[in-house]
Amino acid sequence: MTTPVLDIIGVSKRFGDNLANDGISMSLGKGEIVALLGENGAGKTTLMSILFGHYVPDDGQIRIDGEELPPGKPRAAIGAGVGMVHQHFSLASNLTVLENVMTGTEQLWKLRSATEEARKKLVGIAERFGLKVDPDARLGDLSVGEQQRVEILKALYNDARILILDEPTAVLTNIEAERMFATLKDMARQGLSLIFISHKLDEVMAAAHRIVVLRGGKVVAERKASETNKAELAELMVGRRVTRPVREPSTPGAVVLELRDLGVRIGGVERLKNVGFVLREGEVLGIIGVSGNGQAPLARVLSGTLARTSGELLLYGEAVGNLSVGDVVDAGIGRIPEDRNGEGAIGEMSIWENAVLERLPAYSRNGLVDRKAGMAFAKSIIDAFDVRGGTPASGTRLLSGGNMQKLILGRNLSHRPRILIAAQPARGLDEGAVAAVHARILEARKAGTAVLLISEDLDEVISLADRIQAIVGGRLSPPVNAEEADARLLGLMMSGDWSHIAEAAHAP
Amino acid sequence: MRLERREHRPLLLLIGAPVAAIVAALVLSGILIAIAGAPVFEAYRRILIGAFGSRLSATETLTRATPLILTGLAAAVAFRARLWNIGAEGQFYLGAIAVAAFGSKLLADLPGPILIPLLLIIGATAGMMLILLPLWLRLRFSVDEVVTSLLMNFIAVLFVSMLIDGVLKDPLAFGWPQSQPVADHATLPKLIARSRLHIGLAIAIVLAVVVYLIQSRTVFGMQSRAAGLNPQGAFFAGVPLGRTLVKVACLSGGLAGLAGAIEVMGVKGYVTTDLSPGFGYAGIVVAMLANLNPIGVVFAALFTAIMFVGADGMSRSLGIPTYIADVTVALSLLTMLVALFFTQYRIRR
Repeated sequence: MTTPVLDIIGVSKRFGDNLANDGISMSLGKGEIVALLGENGAGKTTLMSILFGHYVPDDGQIRIDGEELPPGKPRAAIGAGVGMVHQHFSLASNLTVLENVMTGTEQLWKLRSATEEARKKLVGIAERFGLKVDPDARLGDLSVGEQQRVEILKALYNDARILILDEPTAVLTNIEAERMFATLKDMARQGLSLIFISHKLDEVMAAAHRIVVLRGGKVVAERKASETNKAELAELMVGRRVTRPVREPSTPGAVVLELRDLGVRIGGVERLKNVGFVLREGEVLGIIGVSGNGQAPLARVLSGTLARTSGELLLYGEAVGNLSVGDVVDAGIGRIPEDRNGEGAIGEMSIWENAVLERLPAYSRNGLVDRKAGMAFAKSIIDAFDVRGGTPASGTRLLSGGNMQKLILGRNLSHRPRILIAAQPARGLDEGAVAAVHARILEARKAGTAVLLISEDLDEVISLADRIQAIVGGRLSPPVNAEEADARLLGLMMSGDWSHIAEAAHAP
Repeated sequence: MRLERREHRPLLLLIGAPVAAIVAALVLSGILIAIAGAPVFEAYRRILIGAFGSRLSATETLTRATPLILTGLAAAVAFRARLWNIGAEGQFYLGAIAVAAFGSKLLADLPGPILIPLLLIIGATAGMMLILLPLWLRLRFSVDEVVTSLLMNFIAVLFVSMLIDGVLKDPLAFGWPQSQPVADHATLPKLIARSRLHIGLAIAIVLAVVVYLIQSRTVFGMQSRAAGLNPQGAFFAGVPLGRTLVKVACLSGGLAGLAGAIEVMGVKGYVTTDLSPGFGYAGIVVAMLANLNPIGVVFAALFTAIMFVGADGMSRSLGIPTYIADVTVALSLLTMLVALFFTQYRIRR
């Protein structure tokens, strides 16, 4: 048994009604890699934020080498040798790698910065751990994988002995991820201790020595990687899963939406190229892919908030020009945006206002908003879609993520849309809310709505979609039928290898 | 100690916070009055007497509040939609000079009942024109309108200065740079005889109610609020951001221009470069004091006018500089911001 360098003892943290961490205890040995496994909302990130001093725990303590860490002080955590690699990098893209790494390490009043020593140290660290990057490259010019390396280097530069990685593979391709895990293992061999947060079973099994499973803010199990398997971990992670609704077979109807050779350029960068798909009544078409591969522009083009630069868009069989939001809403297209707080709702406005905002022409007369009708509409959504925690007149900000999503779903589905564009509809929701959202989407499908489901959650896509296409670097793969898709094929599709698709689609 | 967002805002807190803020500001400026060597309560009594002690002073206070209500509304409607119109001062002057230009000769032959509304519209339109350039720069090139609308103030005031020393100069003003006066029948009717108080006050209060109704009841009001609170979300919901901002800007600039027009037609009769003791800038303070609420603007403008008019009386009788009024208004703005903050957050240990 290695000596623990880190002890987390009975940590609890409450946000309003939500107990994010409930008496969590765990330890980390020297040279050990521990995976913190759990679903979205299980409390992983909260726990790590407490460890790093971003949050003050309501209860419990953190010990490093047996000494208690003062709560709520990131500086103390850094000083004690804790380094954090965030999911969203905290780097400045206009600075060089070296400058990024040095930021925050120097005294403000020193006139000259010790660039040369810093460079020497950085190169030394990079060589020792095999994290090759050019110290003088501008960060913005680097790939995401390289940027992550810089983020890790930055932590190591601050003499981190305990490294925390928050969903490190979320933004990486498979090959980059493999390379990163090899590096992490090498770092552990050299005496660093690592915790990485993940909800992916494969990488947890492949990289970790020990796995701590979190569910509903509690540690539900701790296993050695050598003594467990994926099936057991999956069960531990989800627990008694709320039964997700099952997709019934259906016969798709007429084509309602078709894209041909669609392209989008933003600021000279090609974000979508030669994108094509057909979407029929009563079917769900799933678009999978690692985030940042063009999902956002695709959803925005179809939602009426982004103009395409080339290609054709056929709506109900007719070629149409660029659509405004009003056109899209009038055409009976429901929209669930990826960012429900930023785009889907205006938190400071009331629930009824959010319910009618995108349909103001229908809820107004002579320029005056029909408040009564709006309130009634909001009430009907709240009742029919089981939105909890608000009344039509109360603030939308007070709703939880799941209830806000039900509100957004409700305002779209209440009008029986012919097409539904759903971008990451269940992201960040708890199991109960996920089941509710999925049930509504399938209900709409049954009623004949054509659903375009853009999601990074493979399970979600497999359980909802009839056909699946992958988006990679702004291009769409050919479709595969959901019945023929397995995790391996989908993985290949997401990595850009589409050679197997034809074969799979035509397999007997 | 940590700050937490309040989930619910009790009504008592929403009403109590502004009152507490004013009291705190008065206590703080009371300390300054004490340091200046005057009896604090006596000083405040003098302020009240100075502002309301006689028929003359009361009407004077209300006369002073009138342009403040309008410029306060101008700032409030713009800020609600996150359009940072800092140019109300320039818009005020442009509205004023437009009225002087058209009301002195060009249209002076029209009868009063037609001329007066027409001139008010001309003044408002002039104010609108001035904000359209900063707005266009923002929409087209993302230039920050805080800077451009502020700088337009200087251009506007210098432009007015040029006109009143040039084509619009009053030949009977003994060489002073002063515009020709508006025709007698273009002056606003008095609200109270033998005072300076004119129907501009009624117009301003009615407009405050109208702005309130626009913001709370109309599609435009809802869209502009959405655009201000969350532009991205508003855009997703189909709010035409550009068009909404243009309308907001016209409303804001129009109100500021109207303030200038009314000040000329109701009080001064002609334009000089000291027509406004900073009504445009004070409007920003008034709007913030009112937490951008149009009805609140009326009371905030009244408070500010009381302080300014009353401080003159206090200063005369107690020998304290009138600057104390500026200090009190500024302090009340600060305390109000703190109070509003605590209506949204609470401190938890």
